[in-house]
Amino acid sequence: MKNYYQIIKIFFISFILINAFLSNVFAAGSDAKITKMNFSFDGIFGVIDKASARRGLQVYNEICAGCHSLEHVSYRNLIDIGFSNEQVKEFASQFEVMAEPDSDGEISMRPAIPSDRFVSPYQNDNQAKAMNNGAIPPDLSLIIKARAGGASYFYSLLKGYEEAPEDKELSNGYYNIAYPGNVIAMPQPLYGDDVEYLDGTEASMEQEIVDLISFLAWTAQPELNDRKSMGFRVFLFLVFMTTVLFISYRKIWKKIKS
Amino acid sequence: MSNIKNGKGVIGWIDYRLPIFSTLQHTLIDYPTPRNLNYWWNFGSLAGIFLMIQIITGIVLAMHYTPSVEGAFASIEHIMRDVNYGWLIRYIHMNGASFFFIVVYIHIFRGLYYGSYKSPREVLWWLGLIILLLMMATAFMGYVLPWGQMSFWGATVITNLFSAVPVVGTAVVEWLWGGFAVDNALLNRFFALHYLFPFLIVGVVILHIVALHTHGSNNPLGIDRKGPQDSIPFHPYYTIKDLFGLSFVLTIFAAVVFYAPDFLGHPDNYIPADPLKTPAHIVPEWYFLPFYAILRAVPDKLGGVIAMISAILILFALPWLDTSKVRSATFRPIYKKFFWFLFIDVIILTWVGGSPAEGHFILIGQLATIYYFAHFIIFMPIIGIIETPKPLPNSISESVLNKPIKDGT
Repeated sequence: MKNYYQIIKIFFISFILINAFLSNVFAAGSDAKITKMNFSFDGIFGVIDKASARRGLQVYNEICAGCHSLEHVSYRNLIDIGFSNEQVKEFASQFEVMAEPDSDGEISMRPAIPSDRFVSPYQNDNQAKAMNNGAIPPDLSLIIKARAGGASYFYSLLKGYEEAPEDKELSNGYYNIAYPGNVIAMPQPLYGDDVEYLDGTEASMEQEIVDLISFLAWTAQPELNDRKSMGFRVFLFLVFMTTVLFISYRKIWKKIKS
Repeated sequence: MSNIKNGKGVIGWIDYRLPIFSTLQHTLIDYPTPRNLNYWWNFGSLAGIFLMIQIITGIVLAMHYTPSVEGAFASIEHIMRDVNYGWLIRYIHMNGASFFFIVVYIHIFRGLYYGSYKSPREVLWWLGLIILLLMMATAFMGYVLPWGQMSFWGATVITNLFSAVPVVGTAVVEWLWGGFAVDNALLNRFFALHYLFPFLIVGVVILHIVALHTHGSNNPLGIDRKGPQDSIPFHPYYTIKDLFGLSFVLTIFAAVVFYAPDFLGHPDNYIPADPLKTPAHIVPEWYFLPFYAILRAVPDKLGGVIAMISAILILFALPWLDTSKVRSATFRPIYKKFFWFLFIDVIILTWVGGSPAEGHFILIGQLATIYYFAHFIIFMPIIGIIETPKPLPNSISESVLNKPIKDGT
């Protein structure tokens, strides 16, 4: 039995080691206060709440899309969170993209179609800089995966706008307790009465933030629901196979152990 | 199977002309193996399997990846979103690299504990170290390919190390870059080499196995086999044991791939590379952290590079630095303790490597680095001379059949 303990020990040690390493990385911005929150997509069986993600699209579209692009997501992807083909077509058609050059070489604008990517609020990076004091607002497609703390960090960030202490130098920024360094260039985006939800849900600060995070968790990990359900089946199969192989191993070795 | 030997049938006909089937028969079926191998001997075959997993998933990824600074990041997202099961293949490849290193590091520590580098297995040990060096180069170049922030800045930091070389340093760095900055030329050559190196690894693995089978596997007692009663055929005894171990490790692997696929990665690598914006902390992948700590422990750039390279090169001299004739640490009471001190020291180096180089981390990193080298240069030769090993058993079979083996820790 001693060998099993050794194996378990080594995995345990590696686990602690990895944890120690990651906590060091996460602890980097110690002036940032992050509240650990639970979301629908946490845990082994957690999935993206699609109704919430649809509301989140509305929040993104009406508030965030003014400054933030979503360049890795296509309109057709919205079918994944429960929109119909017709709804997606209609949603896409309100945006304009550049068409292919016509027979005279002229480029005109056409309404977007489902296979187009989400249209950026800017023509190019320089325009984005010019409109935002020299800094490009980050693309939101992957943002949940691209920041330490993930969804909890964004929850804390969107709720983290506070009156700055007297001695804090803000220059052109805003005071936020969750942002590393506490001075963020983005003004507070959500107040609670920013959208009128199409599905009749009553808007509140909490509701808007959670819905937006559901949506952005989906844009960052559109495979999340499939991944977890497949993972569970794969895991069960592997546990079963490991057991069968262990029994076979003991049986085959019985001959020479005695 | 008798067809192979008497040259009958299609298999026999081919084997008479090209002995691939009898070689496989010898390697995977008949190969006489010590009867007392413990679970730590599973990690060699596991490493081979993770190499295959990496090659297969990697070839599929290469079919969808675009090696250009404009297209690389977006093509990874294309794989994650549009390619059928692309997310699965990429997550397996990403985490497969980490697991490949985990099993190889365990494999190396097993070799250190049981003295598997000692005569007549010195060349076997060297080939293993060459595999490790090739793995490190491959993993480093692979991490650059997504062209995220850590990819870019990791490549910048590591390629800049070559500028420490006296006189020709700058020329070497510009030659590596193919220009005057980390840019498209570097990304393209890293992609080409990242595709090539795994096949070099396969070549060295084959040599590693040939060297292994020349004198056979070491074993937890570290004594040579005296006769047929000490060995059992590889199949079915070790095939089933390896399969069980594989299935066990794959279960853990699946848990990570499906439930925490980004746990071992860094969030910054989901931000596209930006040459104008340096991340707050540039950290390499976890498996490079001990070496990164050694690099940063030396205040001088050239000195740091030399120390980091020496940390692996010193392992090549291990068969001569270890003066003890006894292989297994089971019978070496002093060395056994120092083995675990080294293990803890490497964990400390990993921890320091992942922490910002400031405050007490600097001192801890320096002490741990000094200890690392002292272990090999000072302690190992001395322990071999002053230590009185416990009496060795007469034979493997006697030890297995008469009493339970005390090979552990």
